[in-house]
Amino acid sequence: MDQILGDPFGWFNQLLRSLLEGWGLSPGFTSFVLNLLGAFVMGLGVLLLTLLLIWAERKIVARIQDRLGPNRVGPFGILQTVADLVKLVTKELIVPVGADLGPYNLAPLLAVMSVVGLWAVVPLAPRLLGADINVGVLYVVSIGAISTLSILLAGISSNNKYAILGAFRTVAQMVSYAVPLVLALIVPTLLAGSMGMVEIVEEQRSIWFLVIAPVAALIFFISSIAEVGRAPFDLLEAESELVAGFHIEYSGLRFGMFFVAEFLHAFTISALTATLFLGGWQGPGAAEYPLLGLFYFGIKTALVYFVVIWIRGSFPRIRIDQMNQLNWKLITPLALVSLMVTAVVEKLVVDMGLIRIGVHLGANLLLLAITLWALRAYARAVRRRVEDPMGSQT
Amino acid sequence: MVGQWVFIGLLLIIGLILPAVVILFNWLLGPRKPNSLKNSIYECGIETVGETWVQLKSQYYIFALIFVVFDVEAVFLLPWAVAYDKLQFYMVLEGVLFILILAAGLVYAWRKGVLEWV
Repeated sequence: MDQILGDPFGWFNQLLRSLLEGWGLSPGFTSFVLNLLGAFVMGLGVLLLTLLLIWAERKIVARIQDRLGPNRVGPFGILQTVADLVKLVTKELIVPVGADLGPYNLAPLLAVMSVVGLWAVVPLAPRLLGADINVGVLYVVSIGAISTLSILLAGISSNNKYAILGAFRTVAQMVSYAVPLVLALIVPTLLAGSMGMVEIVEEQRSIWFLVIAPVAALIFFISSIAEVGRAPFDLLEAESELVAGFHIEYSGLRFGMFFVAEFLHAFTISALTATLFLGGWQGPGAAEYPLLGLFYFGIKTALVYFVVIWIRGSFPRIRIDQMNQLNWKLITPLALVSLMVTAVVEKLVVDMGLIRIGVHLGANLLLLAITLWALRAYARAVRRRVEDPMGSQT
Repeated sequence: MVGQWVFIGLLLIIGLILPAVVILFNWLLGPRKPNSLKNSIYECGIETVGETWVQLKSQYYIFALIFVVFDVEAVFLLPWAVAYDKLQFYMVLEGVLFILILAAGLVYAWRKGVLEWV
């Protein structure tokens, strides 16, 4: 019983392994079967989770906008997404004239693959994760780039001008925001001394990276929302300008797959934020009882996901020039400075316990204060220009 | 270590197959009655004029170029961050110098007005 509570996932793994080897399979093949089984459960699990996520998001956004949200199908409307799925299955798959069929069919599959692939390196609980690779952070960045590729493919192969405009906005947006995203990811890598997700979570045993590097955490959060293309950064599918953007010519479940990928991606970045900056599964008693770790991880991810939905419900969509200026003139320089500050400070106060945390926090807060002051000065200058366009010449 | 990559490979393949199966169901269950009006390209009710692959502004291309610079920078910075614990203080300062040189590139692009969306 102690073993089941202390290491339930290892115990279950052993159980399955001995069962399969009892059937006369070789150890190598058994490992392969277990990997296949794990990958299948994970892939199916996150895709089914999306059904719940879409319901939760619609419900929360509805409350923010003073509506009721879905409330007819099942208790609290929880089966609404299932009903939508059934409806989408019976819709015709319309292919527009002149579409490039290869990329056109591949794009929705790639969109889902890129998001499901991200879950391989997220540590769900102690000793429970898909793959413990030592380049986890780099893997997250590179697999995340495939979702950009899928949107580009969809836009270019649809033979539609709205779609191609959406695809090119993707280049401008996702590619731009990948820069501060990667720079912010270097900060936890540097603090943990490893690119592996497991080591990064282990390193946060005593103190979360959110406290040591709040600026980097903020930059990671903002730029990953932009990377996913959610409100207020949903320029690539701006209804008022582009009708639906890159997925305008998709119908039925081909469109549904883009929809699923977007919602799941938002949840995935919440999980990544929780892992990299909020300590992942760390919490009181989590090391002894892994199931408790899974619970903490779920709570943290759900909290971050709620903030993502909250932001979606609160902010209007920004213009494309504002989007670019925000990235290249504010977030990217701030990410560079935050990386330099963390690197220098960490070397100066590496073994000082509480003082180390205090100095890190102080440096980051100072950085935030300077940034806010600069933004204020800029806003004042703009206001003066608007109110008195001729300046001192009059 | 190799076993871990087997899992990632399998997960990526499953991530491709699952949506493909779902779309296949849609293809089997949904109606198939194409006509020329339904399959025409959507353009708010009016017919589309000219080629779809029109010329787009070069600004997109410039942003992609700046991105390449910073992405290569990140590739160089990640090993530096991984080896951070073993570095002397002057080596950290060298890394900072490297970031500053790239920041100078960003400042140059800024002064040249490349970052303005026109």
